[in-house]
Amino acid sequence: MTDTAVDNRPGPLPPGTEAPEFRLPSTPDQTVSLSEFRGRPLILAFYPEDWSPVCSDQLALYQELLPEFQKFNAELLGISVDGIWSHIAFAKDRNLHFPLLADFEPKGDVARTYQVYRATDGTSERALYVIDADGIVRWSYVSPVGINPGADGILRALESLEEGG
Amino acid sequence: MSTTQWDTVLAVAVDDDRDHIQGPAEAAVTLVEYGDYECPYCGAAYPIVKDLQARMGDKLRFVFRNFPISTSHPHAEQAAEAAEAGAAQGRFWEMHDLLYENQARLGDQDLHAYAEQLGIDVERFDKDLAEHVHAPRVREDFMSGVRSGVNGTPSFYVNGARHDDSYDFDTLLAALERAAA
Repeated sequence: MTDTAVDNRPGPLPPGTEAPEFRLPSTPDQTVSLSEFRGRPLILAFYPEDWSPVCSDQLALYQELLPEFQKFNAELLGISVDGIWSHIAFAKDRNLHFPLLADFEPKGDVARTYQVYRATDGTSERALYVIDADGIVRWSYVSPVGINPGADGILRALESLEEGG
Repeated sequence: MSTTQWDTVLAVAVDDDRDHIQGPAEAAVTLVEYGDYECPYCGAAYPIVKDLQARMGDKLRFVFRNFPISTSHPHAEQAAEAAEAGAAQGRFWEMHDLLYENQARLGDQDLHAYAEQLGIDVERFDKDLAEHVHAPRVREDFMSGVRSGVNGTPSFYVNGARHDDSYDFDTLLAALERAAA
């Protein structure tokens, strides 16, 4: 289902891959790790940078959809290479009420592990992962950086998890 | 321009009984907009749609569905409900136009004033807004948009296919004329 590669980059980790463990700051004194989400679906939204226009629209849309994600008992995490204080200011300014993780040190390390780092720009791709309750990637998608991927793909992936697909 | 892997087509077909529609059912082309009353880009698209309607006349059917992004636009949800409250009294398009022509003034007092201006039952209008009677309808529109691949506002669909190009007058007109041909 991840047939969108238009260049020679390897593309995101395909469905069926065990999602690599990570631990990243979500606040100045708290971290979040992948394994905390075992037992429930998890949506990872890698985005290039706080404050950029497309990111803001995309994350605002996801904020609106949190109740829909919750119907699937799914959690949403945003991830970018920005530092935690940028994330805090950005979340406050844009009314975002889900965790934004700082993939800041070593920079982009988690994005690299998930094969969605853009070395030329020093940011991650605009990439989506849906990970199931057992920590397995069930859907991954990289959007062209300037294009907001919307949320229909996430919802379809969550539905297919529920159907045991 | 867009390369989402799903077909980005309208997930919920235009419904004469439910949708807000201008133009004849047998029009050659249908333009659906998902819009937010507080979104400045939708405000910019508003006169463009009017111009397209004037140019194409009965060849064009226009449908508007709500897509308020309250996270970015604190008045958008209430404004969408106000348009639906106008619709409940048969005056959707008049309210729609007032909202887009007064995008900077979408507070509760403003909405009340627009209802008065339209001469509708203001008491009923205020009650609808206070009790969020039309919130489920607005959410239905919103979710149909999400399922159709709406990723920002405005999003346009030409005969059911997402218009992934600029929405300036010439580009949209060309797309509509092509679909109508």
